[in-house]
Amino acid sequence: MALLWLFISPAHGLPAPTYASTHEIKIGSKKFTESVILAEIVAQLVHSAGAQPVHVQELGGTRVLWNSLVNGAIDIYPEYTGTLTQEIFAGQGIDGNQALRKALATYGIRMTSSLGFNNNYALGMKKEMCKKFGIARISDLRRFPGLSFGFSNEFMDRKDGWPGLRARYGLPQHKVFGLDHDLALRGLESNSIDATELYTTDPEIDYYGLCALEDDLRYFAEYTAVIVYRADLEKRAPQLVAALARLEGRITSVDMIDMNKLVKMEKVPESQVAANFLTRYLSLQTTLRQETVAARIWKRTKEHLYLVSISLLIAILIGVPLGTIAAKKPVWGRIILSVTGVIQTIPSLALLVFMIPLLGIGGPPVILALFLYSLLPIVRNTHAGLQSIPLEIRDSAEALGLSPWARFRLIELPMASREILAGIKTSAVINVGTATLGALIGAGGYGQPILTGIRLDDLGLILTGAVPAALLALLVQGGFDLAELAVVPKGLRLKPGE
Amino acid sequence: MIEFKNVSKTFKSINALLSFDLKIAAGITTVLIGPSGCGKSTLLRLIIGLIRPDHGHLYFQGIEIVPEIVFSLRQKMGYVIQEGGLFPHLTAGDNVTLMARQMNWGRDRIEKRLQELAAITRFPRDGLDRFPVQLSGGQRQRVSLMRALMLDPDILLLDEPLGALDPMIRTELQADLKSIFQELKKTVVLVTHDLGEAAFFGDVIVLVREGQIVQTGTLPELLQTPAEPFVTNFINAQRHYFN
Repeated sequence: MALLWLFISPAHGLPAPTYASTHEIKIGSKKFTESVILAEIVAQLVHSAGAQPVHVQELGGTRVLWNSLVNGAIDIYPEYTGTLTQEIFAGQGIDGNQALRKALATYGIRMTSSLGFNNNYALGMKKEMCKKFGIARISDLRRFPGLSFGFSNEFMDRKDGWPGLRARYGLPQHKVFGLDHDLALRGLESNSIDATELYTTDPEIDYYGLCALEDDLRYFAEYTAVIVYRADLEKRAPQLVAALARLEGRITSVDMIDMNKLVKMEKVPESQVAANFLTRYLSLQTTLRQETVAARIWKRTKEHLYLVSISLLIAILIGVPLGTIAAKKPVWGRIILSVTGVIQTIPSLALLVFMIPLLGIGGPPVILALFLYSLLPIVRNTHAGLQSIPLEIRDSAEALGLSPWARFRLIELPMASREILAGIKTSAVINVGTATLGALIGAGGYGQPILTGIRLDDLGLILTGAVPAALLALLVQGGFDLAELAVVPKGLRLKPGE
Repeated sequence: MIEFKNVSKTFKSINALLSFDLKIAAGITTVLIGPSGCGKSTLLRLIIGLIRPDHGHLYFQGIEIVPEIVFSLRQKMGYVIQEGGLFPHLTAGDNVTLMARQMNWGRDRIEKRLQELAAITRFPRDGLDRFPVQLSGGQRQRVSLMRALMLDPDILLLDEPLGALDPMIRTELQADLKSIFQELKKTVVLVTHDLGEAAFFGDVIVLVREGQIVQTGTLPELLQTPAEPFVTNFINAQRHYFN
């Protein structure tokens, strides 16, 4: 949530890399529990309709999902009508479902009817505060300018969030902080803030004993839960569109609050909650794939290794020649070293998000970003390694009559091998860490359990990502130390007198 | 064998050589001597084509040394520099045979030549499998000499080959070098700043100062008929060698 502002990019005019094949249906979800549960329900429904679902979990925010849906990187995701009208089609004055469907159709997107519940914004305070000051409606807040508010960063920035709310009600409060939604709830509990925004299906309203203030000026839009999907599904998988329609009107807000509570408070896996729902309401028996912890870690390990190894391999293939050019041609060297240096200063999350319009979501954009980060250590060390070869050695090689290529291959490269390898090692270790961010744009890896663990406040889950990531970094380090024995010539490793 | 015709070379606006003319005869040892920075190393680097003259022409066996043919010319020249310039990642033997292997010499031919050279330079045979870092300074220079001689070049260029050695080893290697030169009857060009060395090796001594020749001749000629006071001063400064 805190990084949502990064995800703001044009909603249309994007190239369309399509990874979805006809039999594989990709379902996206946002980075909060309700979205993950709904997407999981859809995924199991897709499976029962005979297609192969892939649930791309916890993809950043609204913009990432919408762009991915439009360019075909995903096929389906759960959304709210208010988000579409207020955020995606902001300022276009779209009113009513008819107008919304029409606007969606221009992008080749369809939506289901209401799933049966709204998840509206509300302002919440502790019940005893409401009683003490006699606050029941948002307009009552005008009388208490000293109150402090804590809102999620998304709410702070959204057109339909705090700026509009303050204007509509003429709210005078100036102690307003941006912070994570879950932290805001804990802040209410500890009295460090007095009010925050709530989602009406938050189980925390009940759990923390909060009162939701009445939106008496009808500022907040209706956030009716729907499923949005690509129109081409009607051709590719008509049975699927029919299956989605079965969800319409089936989920009440009480059901949704219950399901959120099961996942957030009682730590029941989303897939289990989704399966129970489908059994109870749609009489669908879904076979739950129970993964052992070991199997899950192994799967994440494979994803992580894939991201790191492919990006590193490309970085070696391109970085070593670039470093060589930099060492041989000083003019080019300055350009190459400064460009790779500048790339290094781009914040990793921003770089990942820049990649989405180019490469969609999943592995490719993450591999490209990791590749770019790997370049600098490899280029710089190759350059430095070649530059540090003493003049008398270079002269001797040339005077011997060796061709430039033979000099490079037989003399310069082996002599610079230790430094080049050290650069590759640095890149590899950094990559293992940075690749955990790949989960934010659907590439999986060790970042996925970390991300989910943060969302569910589940330390155990975080550790199943963080510990293997740390171990892998150590393993990579050790592996390269061994590789040095194989790659760096013995004559360079010996000390005088040995 | 080698001819400099009106050669000039400038490094960062400092004249290393100025309209330099010199003929180096075949079959004898020519010593280029002069104070540090006089341009004598530049002469060797020009001959082997590591640098190009700014002006003038340079001939090897009557053929002008130009970049197009410098690779083939280098195979007729052997070059030894002060620190040896050995490749630290290769064994002594591999340093010596590197170029021959690149030229696809047969294994037997390479092995035969290597044993020959080890005998000529009195290099211990078990040392061939050692890396440069495992060898003494004197041994490293012998390896460097073997490497220069591997392809049986027409000319041997040595840039301060004894400069980095301690006195004991220096005296020993000096004597060995001289006997090797005599035995092989090669054209040798040796650069030094040491008059004793020049006298010991030189059939002809060329005294260079600030990129120009001051005098050419044998040591007695330089002593008895100095071309200018600098010659006497230079010799007197190192006189202790002869007393």
